Amino acid sequence: MKHLKPTLMAALLGATALGLSANEVAAKDLRIALQSDADVLDPDQSRTFVGRIVYASLCDKLVDITPDLEIIPQLATAWQVSEDGTAVTLQLREGVVFHDGTPFNAEAVAANIERSKTMDESRRKSELASITSTEVTGEYEIKLLLAGPDATLMAQLADRAGMMVSPTAAAAAGVDFGLNPVCSGAFTFAERVAQDKIVLKRFADYWNAEAIAFDSVTFLPIPDTTVRLANLQSGDIDMLERLAATDLSQAQADANITVADAVSLGYQGITFNVGNGAKGDNPWGNDKRLRQAFSYAIDRDALNQVVFEGAFAAGNQPFPPTSPWYYADYPVPARDVAKAKALLAEAGYPDGLQLEVQVPNTTVPLQLMQVVQAMVAEAGIELKIVSKEFATLLADQSAGDFTASQIGWSGRVDPDGNIHQFVTTGAGLNDSHFSNPVVDEALNGARVAASTADRKAAYDAARDVLADESPLVYLYHQTWIWAHNSKLEGFTAYPDGMIRLEGVSWAD
Amino acid sequence: MFLFLTRRLLIAVPTILLISIFVFALQKLLPGDPLLVLAGEERDPQVLELLREKYRLNDPLVVQYFTWVTNALQGDLGISLRTNQPVSELILQKLPVTLQLAAMSMLFALTIGVPAGILSAYKKGSLTDYIANVIALSGLSIPNFWLGIMLILLVSVKWQLLPASGYVPLSEDFGQSLRTMLMPSFVLGTALAATMMRHTRSAMLSVLSADYVHTARAKGLRERRVVLKHAFRNALTPIVTLTALLFGELVAGAVLTEQIFTIPGFGKLVVDAVFNRDYAVVQGIVLVTAVGFIFMNLLADAMYFILNPRLRGL
Repeated sequence: MKHLKPTLMAALLGATALGLSANEVAAKDLRIALQSDADVLDPDQSRTFVGRIVYASLCDKLVDITPDLEIIPQLATAWQVSEDGTAVTLQLREGVVFHDGTPFNAEAVAANIERSKTMDESRRKSELASITSTEVTGEYEIKLLLAGPDATLMAQLADRAGMMVSPTAAAAAGVDFGLNPVCSGAFTFAERVAQDKIVLKRFADYWNAEAIAFDSVTFLPIPDTTVRLANLQSGDIDMLERLAATDLSQAQADANITVADAVSLGYQGITFNVGNGAKGDNPWGNDKRLRQAFSYAIDRDALNQVVFEGAFAAGNQPFPPTSPWYYADYPVPARDVAKAKALLAEAGYPDGLQLEVQVPNTTVPLQLMQVVQAMVAEAGIELKIVSKEFATLLADQSAGDFTASQIGWSGRVDPDGNIHQFVTTGAGLNDSHFSNPVVDEALNGARVAASTADRKAAYDAARDVLADESPLVYLYHQTWIWAHNSKLEGFTAYPDGMIRLEGVSWAD
Repeated sequence: MFLFLTRRLLIAVPTILLISIFVFALQKLLPGDPLLVLAGEERDPQVLELLREKYRLNDPLVVQYFTWVTNALQGDLGISLRTNQPVSELILQKLPVTLQLAAMSMLFALTIGVPAGILSAYKKGSLTDYIANVIALSGLSIPNFWLGIMLILLVSVKWQLLPASGYVPLSEDFGQSLRTMLMPSFVLGTALAATMMRHTRSAMLSVLSADYVHTARAKGLRERRVVLKHAFRNALTPIVTLTALLFGELVAGAVLTEQIFTIPGFGKLVVDAVFNRDYAVVQGIVLVTAVGFIFMNLLADAMYFILNPRLRGL
């Protein structure tokens, strides 16, 4: 038997060597687990959050944001707003090409804006509604002509509405562009297997190629949070998004895993039906004191501790307390059961009353509402939780078939995106059918206000009314939690939840 | 036999048609608007209306159904509302995955379940029988998702022996493909093995007490031959039926197992499609699985002829 040993050793060594070389090749690939599969990969047609994560590597935008939400150059290097606010001139980056070799220039930007505004299937129409036309003023300069001042426009251009697709490829593929997207980002589209993977390969001619350290990126949808973490721990993936708050301590205890987080731009809360159809005519819809009582009966910090292990942020406004748009005069209220009871009595319900809340039938919202149920019960509110599958919940909410609904919003860079469409009269997402002239005037005014200070004042004016009326009772702000292999360096957490790979690399 | 199978095949046609009507109608009965789900956070009424027109969701249901059937007969199963991918392409992507998972799970189920069933029937009332029953019951009672997660934590995270999840096509890397499918097919297979074992056991028990088995023994045949050749062959009929039925079930998708191991098969696709009200995808998959199921049953019927000489005269 003795003579077998060296052979065995050699075989083992050989296998190890093979394994090593395989690892070295793999080291240049980055595997990222997403919570769900993206929808169609066309920036003009797509709707999902995870889709935007893929775009962060695939499609460059005219402008980008910093972690502090300041607008910074990406494909546009500079921009000026005309004095009257009705025109924005963009200077464009030179020497940029799309993945198919089409040059990026002012004509390409004009074609992209035209596509976003006119393609039947485009979801970007409302985001770019203020642009009436474009004027190519030079090879690398374009002027956007606006119907009126639009303070939100640059923030829109920092997201999907500002993503540039190859005009050549877009014209050729039409509505099927998403099956084989061609942009100008750091990586090109290679392959997609629905619900399995999206593979992107490094784009050699990328204008910022030296900031990119990977040959390819693979996005894998892994819906189960525990399994996502298990994949990271076993080394099958390098990074994951949306670690469950309940898994945080386990991930932090693992020396091979690094955790990063950022409070999101979105919120979660309860929307009351105050005027949407016949069901809006109920005590909760008619009397703001009941809604205030409900809000006072909730301990938002305890909610965060119990349901999210303290990892999220308690909230009472459409903007998280960390946001510059947060109105500090209304801090997250402390729980006040006595006050809640007093308000109920004042409204004519000294013995309390029932409230039916519809909730998506998934774990977290149900847990959340069960804790809320226990809290408000102490004030005399008998919370009835009606759990619905999400499609049904959405349809009922839109049709006004609800008293209160637990629903949230993923959040937008510009404050307008978190508030205007939910509470202004007749707005698209105003399922509550709340209507108040002061709020309408303030929020419409904020859209055209010239300075940040003016805008802030307008949002504060709206909050004065909304805090009193409480058509939406905000509960908390989700925190994006990423977990990645500790050997991965240079990752920056952004409040928009995206994964930007510029400057990220493997440690030597 | 030919006549019998032809008759079966002819019955399959109205069955499939009925299934297609059921699926179509039941889906439309579900509350919720596909386009509202599709729109997600961006509900532009104009775009929604336009898409409703495009996907012909405003047409009367009967018209929608006939449009779909006519296209389906020509091989066009429509496109996914969510990803714009053609449904037939999605099915072609998923079918090999699902078949591989189903086949490997069935292999586990048969190699564990059948021998265990024979053994426990043969040693009825013994400790072996008792242990086999306990194991079978555990296989039935342990939820797939729990076993799956435990296996991932133990085998992948702690021992780092197998990939935690995901899927590699057989054509890409044969070995790796088997490795990724090992745990999920084991999880599915153990649950089926339990059913398989119980059925094998009861079939064997009834056969073992039959007269011809006594005769065989009286002729002095070796015990091994009596059990495996004489008894087992006749006990096979119910096992074949069960295998066909269970295989059909496996093809319809093992939702939880696919979810835990992130296997891009039918189960996951169809569940997501139902939640998203992606009608074309649901209809396409149900149609394909229904056809598969019927085919498996036909196969089982054909197997009876091979197994049971008495049927050959038919």
